[in-house]
Amino acid sequence: MLELVLVSTLNGVLYGMLLFLMASGLTLIFSMMGVLNFAHASFYMLGAFFGFQISRYVGFWTGLILAPLLVGVIGALIERYGLRNVHRHGHVAELLFTFGLAFVIEELVQMIWGKSPVDYRIPSLLDFSAFTIFSTNYPAYKMFMLLFAIVIFIVLLLVLTRTRVGLIIQASLTHPRMVGALGHNVPRIFMMVFGFGCALAAVAGVIAGPALVTQSNMAALLGPILFVVVVVGGLGSLSGAFVASLLIGLLQTFAIAINLSLSDIFGYFGIHSNPMPFLNDIWRVTVAQIGPILPYLLLVLILIFRPTGLMGTRDT
Amino acid sequence: MSERAQGVALSRASSGAVKLLRAYGTWIVAFALIFVLPKIFTSSFSFTMMSLMGISIIFALSYNMLLGQTGMLSFGHAVYYGLGGFLAVHMMNAIAQNGIPIPLPFIPLIGGITGLIFGIIFGSVSTRRGGTAFAMISLGLSELVASCALILRSVFGGEEGITTDRTKLLRVFDLNFGSQYQVYYLIAFWCLLCMVAMYALTRTPFGRMCNAVRDNFERSEFIGYNAQLVRFIAFCISGFFAGIAGALAAINFEIVNSSYAGAAQSGSVLLATFIGGIGSFIGPILGAVVVTYLQLMLSDITEIWQLYFGLLFVGMVMFAPFGLAGILTMHVPLWRAGTIWRVIPSYVLALGAALISLAGVSLLVELTYHVSVKTSNGPMMSFMHVPFSTSSFLPWLCAGALLIVGYLLCKLTWPRAENAWNDAMSTARERGSEG
Repeated sequence: MLELVLVSTLNGVLYGMLLFLMASGLTLIFSMMGVLNFAHASFYMLGAFFGFQISRYVGFWTGLILAPLLVGVIGALIERYGLRNVHRHGHVAELLFTFGLAFVIEELVQMIWGKSPVDYRIPSLLDFSAFTIFSTNYPAYKMFMLLFAIVIFIVLLLVLTRTRVGLIIQASLTHPRMVGALGHNVPRIFMMVFGFGCALAAVAGVIAGPALVTQSNMAALLGPILFVVVVVGGLGSLSGAFVASLLIGLLQTFAIAINLSLSDIFGYFGIHSNPMPFLNDIWRVTVAQIGPILPYLLLVLILIFRPTGLMGTRDT
Repeated sequence: MSERAQGVALSRASSGAVKLLRAYGTWIVAFALIFVLPKIFTSSFSFTMMSLMGISIIFALSYNMLLGQTGMLSFGHAVYYGLGGFLAVHMMNAIAQNGIPIPLPFIPLIGGITGLIFGIIFGSVSTRRGGTAFAMISLGLSELVASCALILRSVFGGEEGITTDRTKLLRVFDLNFGSQYQVYYLIAFWCLLCMVAMYALTRTPFGRMCNAVRDNFERSEFIGYNAQLVRFIAFCISGFFAGIAGALAAINFEIVNSSYAGAAQSGSVLLATFIGGIGSFIGPILGAVVVTYLQLMLSDITEIWQLYFGLLFVGMVMFAPFGLAGILTMHVPLWRAGTIWRVIPSYVLALGAALISLAGVSLLVELTYHVSVKTSNGPMMSFMHVPFSTSSFLPWLCAGALLIVGYLLCKLTWPRAENAWNDAMSTARERGSEG
């Protein structure tokens, strides 16, 4: 039991940190431009595929640096030549643009790499087990992912709060016109932040790619959960996104580890037959099976009891 | 009665007829089309296509009630479509088993009521907030329903779905709905009914309030309306019509599975509605027809038709945010003033340039697809019935040349087309002010 709790906690924190790598970029972009980038998970997918392609020629570590840079540049270009033109048609048009973009990126990835998973391997340097908890060997690569995500998180925090660039970004979050009046090129800051957010998502993609499955549906699988994170945390709140990422990461990993159903629980109290036969599905379904829908249930609950999200202040 | 008074009465009557024709002319034409089309296109393929178009029109119009009329962008509209379909199938099976005397034409109503009920349930949660938050909530709810559909196997039938037999229901007037021909008329009937109902709804004070809420939420509250309630009601009614569309789809295919309520279905109705144009009532109808046609046609020609589709959508968002209907309405004043002929030459040139770039893009896309995914088929492929090998340099060079030339020509011709439109428009305005 303790083993299960420890391993699940580690995995949950890891998954949560990966989610936060993406959610942080998404939140930054949203609070600056008011655009919820529907294609954010697609940049994560692009990061994974670019990382895979580069790792085939020059190895994993070069990919870890090059792929996010490449995706960041692509993101900045899309902001400059696509999103900025759509901006005058309003927020709905922007959301629709990023929606179409997600659609196109998925199709492009399918066009180039096909629909089946690609063979993206863990670098041999990290292909050993780091330590053993009771009987579970914990892979070193996962520890690396965790540490890497935490390092990026700390760097991001320091950059945003301690540097001049971070101060300008923070100022343009709340007072874009004032920042513009002080002589800063606000559209360029937006473009940079958009590219930077995409690059962060790509970092998550490159390091998650080998551990999870690198496949053309990975954006569609992760995207909705990412939006749940952002809404649950409170739209535009970075600390809210952090809490929500960890919460959902832990929630999903723990759910997968618990193989209990209602019939087991009632069986424990001596009730063995289902009182309502037409609800047989609900009677037998295990917690592990409903794991995928837990984030969405959380979303609905949050919306009923706290519509602005955990730490959100504004109502869009 | 004097002669003159008679004349006035006569002209009044005739002007009344003209008014009537003006007001209802479109509907008479639509009604006629529904009956004339099956006489012109008689192949079974065209019946299938027209049936799909009918379903798609209802679905797209119900979606536009949210996006176009009330300004709510939903990423989960297929939930009501799918649930309507599921309940319709369950009802059809129950009716057939127990011999309940309900004929097939009433089944879509059951789907609609299902859509309405779930619209009320989910709408009470999601319509509290508008804009981006509403869009995200609708996405979350759609994922919730789609995942539940895979878990609750006895209700949703897992991945295989649930089948039914539409001919097993009570027959009236000896209609068994075994043939696509009869199903087409069923769909056409419901399609016309829904179109009229939804159009009528836009003319009511409620329809106007929806527009007000879309344009300015706060001001509409200041008039004394509960804007949130308006949003909620619009959401429920839209769910009702989506449910009807879902039930019709269930009748048409005789099977429903979890993909009915999935994200892809929600995305495709969004695409169809937007491509048609969300600014007018006719837009979604146009979009549904065009997109259904393209889906069926393109999927025959190329395997990666969805990519073209996505590119078309992104292009529309960037350059024509009011869709096909928006482009058409731009030219109505020109048509009235008779200046439309002036723009045609420059339009033809612009279209030619666009086609050249399109050929370049699609050649490049098809080449890449062939090289990267279909490697097992060898290097030979054909494009527009011209066979060639992907390993040679020439096709890539052609694609690049077409792209660059097309782009340059577009840069040259598109501003000219815009100028031609502006000129024609200003002449039209002058003529309008003179007359």
